[in-house]
Amino acid sequence: MSPLHFTLGLLALIFIGLFLVNPRQPRLALTYLRYVLLCLAAATILTPFVWLITASFKSPDVLMQYVFLPPLPDINFDTINLGNFRRLFEPEPTPQGQVYFWQYIFNSLFLASATTVIQLFFCSMGGYALAKYNFPGKTALMLFMLGSLMIPGMILLAPLYEMIVRIGFVDTYWALLLPGAVTAFGMFLFRQAIIVVPDELIEAGRIDGCSEFSIYLRLVMPLVRPMSGAFCLITFLASWNNFLGPQIFIHTQAKLTLPVVLTQYVGVYTQQYGVFLAGTLLAIIPPAILFFALQREFISGLTSGAVKG
Amino acid sequence: MNPAPPTQTAAATAAGVPARLPGPPPRKRFQRTWMAAYFFLIPYILLTLVFFLYPFFNAVVLAFHQTNGPYTRVFVGWANFAFVLGDPTFYLALKNTAIFAVFSVFLQLPLSLGLALLLNQGADKIKGFFRLAIFSPHLVGQIFVGVLFSVLFVPRYGLVNRFLHELLGWGLENRWLENPALVMPAIILTALWMYVGFNMIYFLAALQNVDQNLREAAMIDGAGPWQRFLNVTLPAIKPVATFVVVMSTIGSFQLFELPYALLDGFGPANSGLTVVGYLYQYAFNTGDLGTGATVGWILALVIFIVSLVQIRISQSMKGET
Repeated sequence: MSPLHFTLGLLALIFIGLFLVNPRQPRLALTYLRYVLLCLAAATILTPFVWLITASFKSPDVLMQYVFLPPLPDINFDTINLGNFRRLFEPEPTPQGQVYFWQYIFNSLFLASATTVIQLFFCSMGGYALAKYNFPGKTALMLFMLGSLMIPGMILLAPLYEMIVRIGFVDTYWALLLPGAVTAFGMFLFRQAIIVVPDELIEAGRIDGCSEFSIYLRLVMPLVRPMSGAFCLITFLASWNNFLGPQIFIHTQAKLTLPVVLTQYVGVYTQQYGVFLAGTLLAIIPPAILFFALQREFISGLTSGAVKG
Repeated sequence: MNPAPPTQTAAATAAGVPARLPGPPPRKRFQRTWMAAYFFLIPYILLTLVFFLYPFFNAVVLAFHQTNGPYTRVFVGWANFAFVLGDPTFYLALKNTAIFAVFSVFLQLPLSLGLALLLNQGADKIKGFFRLAIFSPHLVGQIFVGVLFSVLFVPRYGLVNRFLHELLGWGLENRWLENPALVMPAIILTALWMYVGFNMIYFLAALQNVDQNLREAAMIDGAGPWQRFLNVTLPAIKPVATFVVVMSTIGSFQLFELPYALLDGFGPANSGLTVVGYLYQYAFNTGDLGTGATVGWILALVIFIVSLVQIRISQSMKGET
């Protein structure tokens, strides 16, 4: 009998026991069952992460020998070390000279941050215009935006690539920054958040002599900070995890981002799983940090929309 | 109503724009500040014209051309469509994608709903932890998940193989990523891990808005838990459920990155090829952007029809409940 079967059997036995205590009103047994099921689900979901962390630090010789960590007497610098990371950060020869893994991390960070800042600015501007102004063509514009949301982006892949090549943006970051600089989705999000800002506040700003732009920047934007936090998180994640864009538009090795490089490494380090697993671990740390930092704003952003809406 | 202070049009006059456009006089409901709205919308309008509308119309043109890279194109009429629709590989890709979509809707979403139901009654602190834990894979991109799971599916040593062996005594030597019969199950399992929590968040939000009085009334009337779920909860969350089903289907039909990273390509005998993978292969490996655009249109049509059918089914179910 394996430990897994033993644990599951024990959990089932406890359930039957609780059920038999009061079969007519099995409230306790059901509560127990709920938490057991939730714990099993959470454990299943979290186990690959735990495995990834242990695998990154295990020496290649013992990577597959132990499921997670080696037993305590066997833990030493031969089994648990930074060898995978050392190997990962070794310079990599390319036609343009040596490239270090740091470079890819930096590229990914730069692109994701730049995209987030630009989108935050442009989407909130557009959302403000849609929320607080009446102007000719507004209905048509919003219908067009809704329609554009329904079109699968994959249609645009080939023509966009052709255009990027023809205007000479290929192999530059303009190809990634400009087409993704503003989205209809983001503008709708900001419209929803800004529409509940009282009109009197904006009117008061006008009477006090604020320009339209400084009303937007100094009065409205601080009021939608929770929404902005959630939006930044969504945008950063989307850009950080973007694979097709850099894969198609960027050719120079030194300009590539983490998702593209890691798929390359799967092919290069076929038997050295530890190397690209260490890379994957590093690649999921920044989004995780950002998520925990913005979690409060994220959740309050969601709930504030739910309460007011 | 209120006479506008002069500062309102400052931005407009400074930019040298006439305060009134020629043509019909502006209707009363437009404030005098509306020119500023256009200023705020300039980035969206410009970028959409260049990077959305132009490529969109060019996609129509491209679909009727054969290209060899971005610089040469020859008009071929409907030949691209004839080629794609007559290509058995395309149908294989479509079949794989459809299988994936079916499992997303009928395996993943019921599990998401089940987890949401389990979570919905707990105390807030505990709920927060489980919600975060189950949602967490969605923070990781498809590529990183694919790379991670490509090792979890390794025969004999992979975590999935070991777990199945411990639990069922089966599957230790399964070559998930090399056996064409097991490639789609591997993709479906990985996607299940990745998206079950994401969809759960939507169901959870919907469940929290279910009218508790209605549930209590049903309980007093003697409805059991299953009847309460079927007659009170399910109709109440139907709008959100429809939304999740449609969005999940649309996403499934555009699947590409996850199998591409998991299989380091398209798998043995194209067993993990999706429609977007097929598009990618033609447009960027072969350099035939015309065929790529054609596949894009066919995919859009398929997605459109499937979503329409789903929305219709959802509407027809309204009559019953």
